[in-house]
Amino acid sequence: MPTAKQRVTLAAFAAMMALAAASQAALAQPRTDLVVGMALEPPHLDPTAGAAGAIKEVTYANLFEPLLRVDADGKLVPGLAERWNVSEDGLTYRFTLRPNAKFHDGTTADSADVKFTLDRARAAESVNAQKAYFAPIAKVETPDPQTAVVTLSRPDGLFLFHMASGDAAIVAPESAATNKQKPVGTGPFKFDRWVAGDRVVLVRNPDYDGAKPKIDRVTFRFISDPAAQVAALKAGDIDAFTLFSTYEALPEFRNDPAFTVMVGSTEGETLLSTNNARKPFDDVRVRRAMAHAIDRQTLIEGVLYGNGVAIGSHFPPHREGYVDLTGMYPYDPAKAKALLAEAGYPNGFDTTLRLPPPPYARRGGELVAAMLAEVGIRAKIEPVEWAAWLEKTFKGKDYDLTMIAHTEPLDIDIYARPDYYFNYKSERFNALNDELNRTQDPAKRNALYGEQQKVLAEDAVNGFLFMLPSVTVQKAGLTGMWVNRPVQANDVTGVSWK
Amino acid sequence: MRRKLPLSLHLGAGLTLLLVAIALLSLLWTPYPAEQVRVVARLKPPTAAHWLGTDHFGRDVLSMIMVGARNSLAVGAAAVGLGLLAGVPLGLLAAALGRWGDEVVARLGDLVFAFPAVLTAILLTAALGAGAVNVVVALALFNAAVLARVTRGAALAVWRRPFVGAALALGRGPLSVTLVHVLPNIAGIVVVQATVLFAVAIVNEAALSYLGLGIQPPSPSWGKMLGDAQTYLFTAPLQAVFPGVAIALSVMGLTMLGDGLRDWLDPRHRSSGVM
Repeated sequence: MPTAKQRVTLAAFAAMMALAAASQAALAQPRTDLVVGMALEPPHLDPTAGAAGAIKEVTYANLFEPLLRVDADGKLVPGLAERWNVSEDGLTYRFTLRPNAKFHDGTTADSADVKFTLDRARAAESVNAQKAYFAPIAKVETPDPQTAVVTLSRPDGLFLFHMASGDAAIVAPESAATNKQKPVGTGPFKFDRWVAGDRVVLVRNPDYDGAKPKIDRVTFRFISDPAAQVAALKAGDIDAFTLFSTYEALPEFRNDPAFTVMVGSTEGETLLSTNNARKPFDDVRVRRAMAHAIDRQTLIEGVLYGNGVAIGSHFPPHREGYVDLTGMYPYDPAKAKALLAEAGYPNGFDTTLRLPPPPYARRGGELVAAMLAEVGIRAKIEPVEWAAWLEKTFKGKDYDLTMIAHTEPLDIDIYARPDYYFNYKSERFNALNDELNRTQDPAKRNALYGEQQKVLAEDAVNGFLFMLPSVTVQKAGLTGMWVNRPVQANDVTGVSWK
Repeated sequence: MRRKLPLSLHLGAGLTLLLVAIALLSLLWTPYPAEQVRVVARLKPPTAAHWLGTDHFGRDVLSMIMVGARNSLAVGAAAVGLGLLAGVPLGLLAAALGRWGDEVVARLGDLVFAFPAVLTAILLTAALGAGAVNVVVALALFNAAVLARVTRGAALAVWRRPFVGAALALGRGPLSVTLVHVLPNIAGIVVVQATVLFAVAIVNEAALSYLGLGIQPPSPSWGKMLGDAQTYLFTAPLQAVFPGVAIALSVMGLTMLGDGLRDWLDPRHRSSGVM
């Protein structure tokens, strides 16, 4: 017989065992929360009123839904509209909305909201970052609450694609004005809270009318310092860090069984943007000389630690219609010097390379400057903040060279815009672009895209460097995060724990 | 009468001379061109070929430290030199004029002191663009204010001494008194202050380059090297050590030199602060 003291010990032991068993059972239950790490904090949370990618990275598909969505593979799938059709002439689009869709404030999401959203985005006073997406719209009609009919004034081959972007997220007239701080959408997650400088929390929307996500709570944490990002991952504070740019730390995470590293592609063509209107860059020989002077492979190794794909024009290799033009200007400093001499710059010239804050630009710019120096182009580096870059370079078009990733998907048409900051003008390219807008047939469209890429490469409009990779470092056991980044998004609706 | 040279003077002068020697040597020779990029050979630890290893672009760290010493000294010398040129005459003027002249100089100084030197430099580089010249201007402005204040205080003390009264009584004008009597008597204090400001300028330049506002690549700078190394704290921690040590030793050398000079020139001051 055990003594009283022994009995107590035994009881305590049994209790401990039970507790251990219980906690093991709890461990066996997959987690239902998720912490996503991002480098940049969004300035606000209204995707229809700002260009910052971070806004969409929090809200796209999670909180706000456009009529259509882009999925992980870049395909168009139903969003708020469950189906749609396009008229023969490509001018009339009929969207049928989900019958039971509701905004997070309980109001129904119907065709009136679609009309409100599209009219607001194309209005003269619209602050939409992609106002051009809505420019072809002539009128929006609402024959019934579930149907929205959009009529275009001219065919636009990319209209559906644009209506699937975060900029076209459907918002309600009741909440549109306050979405920046307190976003109200129709998505499977709703806004919980925002701790400025630290995190945004979304929780599962119990009233969502579609498939419910497995995750019930997602926290987006903002950590800009590279060393702190690595530390947060190692400490287990972050479950998945998206658009991770501390590439030198990747081998360590790859070797650690507790983590999975996924390397995919963004839509970000990284360019040495060149002011085509300014001397000496108005001379195609000078631009071609620069193309020969840049060693893309070294650049990709030096900046991305090999995690990137070279491009020869303004088009991502993973998209249909891509033509490989990376061989047009092989790395050849001697040829670059010869071209410069031919253009009248036997001793090179002095210029300025303006660099925005992202590491790919600051680091890449330093390497590009070293490569240009090899052929006699002395580029003075000028680091600037985003606001200054947007103001002087992008809007003011007052620059020589700059380095930037163009992350909007399928944006080759920017070369046809007369007022774009490249200051590039080509009749050939514009003719191809007009034809593209009139063409619906996918095969023909792809052929036209190919022609456009060739024109840009022949003209060496910009230094075409590499695709910005989409690197995700996540805990082993997490599934469903996107590998590629066909749109700016951290779509967690399909994420779960094993 | 000969005084014993303080130990800090020896150490400080030694370190500072070393710094100057390295900077001068870098004009003639570095193991590799400091700007030569070789990505395949990046982030190497110290080897026989690269004594301090290579950085994230495969550049030779020793060569970068050597040229960085030159850049640090150049910015420091320019910032202190301009500060002396502007600050000392202002301080002397304030002391000689007295009353409203004194007030004007003092208030101008207050205006400058209202903003820390680094903040002024950040504002200036934000407005006019990053680069060594703007950093020098911002630091020189701060230095001029400090030197004007120190000069004025020291000069006022000299003005009150009997021999100045005697000189004035003998018909010497304020300019002559300032040059013949005041300046030589305050030179020591000004030199000590300038030495300390030199150290401060090196730290501030490093801070600004760390933030990306100072000396621009490809020209190496210790602060920029530290900033770059921060990303590699987990993967290549040595990257931060060498520029960090270079900054620490230079600042220590100059500060000890300043302390030593002060003790040597003015033994009564032995343990009090400089400012």
